Amino acid sequence: MISTDSISVGEVVAEAEFRLTRDSLVRYAGASGDFNPIHYRDDVAQSVGLPGVLAHGMLTMGIAVQPVIDWVGDPAKIVDYQVRFTRPVPVDAAEGATVNVVAKVGTIDIEAGIARIDLTVTFGGETVLGKAQVRVSLD
Amino acid sequence: MVPVNSELQGRVFPPTEPYLVGREKIREFSRAVFATNPINTDVAAARAAGYADVVAPPTFAVVIQELTLHQLLSEPDAGIDFSRVVHGEQRFTSTRPIVAGDELTATLTVASAKSLGGHSMVTAESSIVDAAGAHVVTAISTLVVRGDA
Repeated sequence: MISTDSISVGEVVAEAEFRLTRDSLVRYAGASGDFNPIHYRDDVAQSVGLPGVLAHGMLTMGIAVQPVIDWVGDPAKIVDYQVRFTRPVPVDAAEGATVNVVAKVGTIDIEAGIARIDLTVTFGGETVLGKAQVRVSLD
Repeated sequence: MVPVNSELQGRVFPPTEPYLVGREKIREFSRAVFATNPINTDVAAARAAGYADVVAPPTFAVVIQELTLHQLLSEPDAGIDFSRVVHGEQRFTSTRPIVAGDELTATLTVASAKSLGGHSMVTAESSIVDAAGAHVVTAISTLVVRGDA
C-alpha cells in the first residue's frame, strides 16, 4: 500500500497516453450532458473562430486524473483536484488526438496524510492544462 | 458588449432540485473518462472497498454543477453571454466521494465577478450536499467571458 513515507517529492508515480477520437467526444457529451456543438460539429467550431472540433476541457480533466487513480488504487482517495484550461485539444476527424499525462509528486504533508500530485498534460508536445494538481489521501 | 454585472458577487442561488445518482450513470460517465478502476463500475468491487455502491470518478460532480451554472447563466441581470463563455478553471474539493444512490442538492454562490482588460471572470462555487444535508463536494468553476475581439 502507498503511504506518505513510501514516496518522494519529484518522483514520477504514473504516466499514460490517451487517444481521443470524435467517438470519445460524443460519448463524453452524452455522459456529462455537455452538448455544446463545438465538441462535435466542425462547422459550428469554425464559425466561432476555432480550427475545428475540440475536446471538452472537462473530458481532458477527467482522463488526466485516471493514471493517479490507477496508482493509488481507489477513486475515493482523490480529495481535491484542480486545473486551468490553458490550451484547447483539437480532435481531428480521422486522426483523433493523443494526450499524454505525467504525474509527479509535488508536495507531501505527512501530518495530514495528503500528497499533492502535479500533472503535466500535453497534446502535440504542448501543455494543455495548467496548475493541474491532485490531492490524494494516503491514510 | 454588456459587461458582467459586478453586483453578482456574493449572490447565492436557491438549492437545485435533488439529483439522484444512478449506478448506470456512474458506469456511463466512468467509461467516458477512460476509468478502469473496478470501484467505478463493479458493485462487488466497490462494496469490498467499503462503499455502498459504485463510486463516481472525481470529475462526476460536473454533472451536478451543470444544474447550478444553468441557473447562473439564465439569471436575467447577470450579463453573461453564453456564446462568449470559456471554461477557465475547475476545482473539486471533496469531503467524501459520490456513490450511486446519493441524492444530491447543489447551492451556487458567486464567489467573485470582475472585469479585467475587456474580459470578465466569474467564479461560481457550487456546494453539493447529500439527502442528510452533509457536505459531499464543492465544485468551483471559473468562467471567462470574452470581450469584443
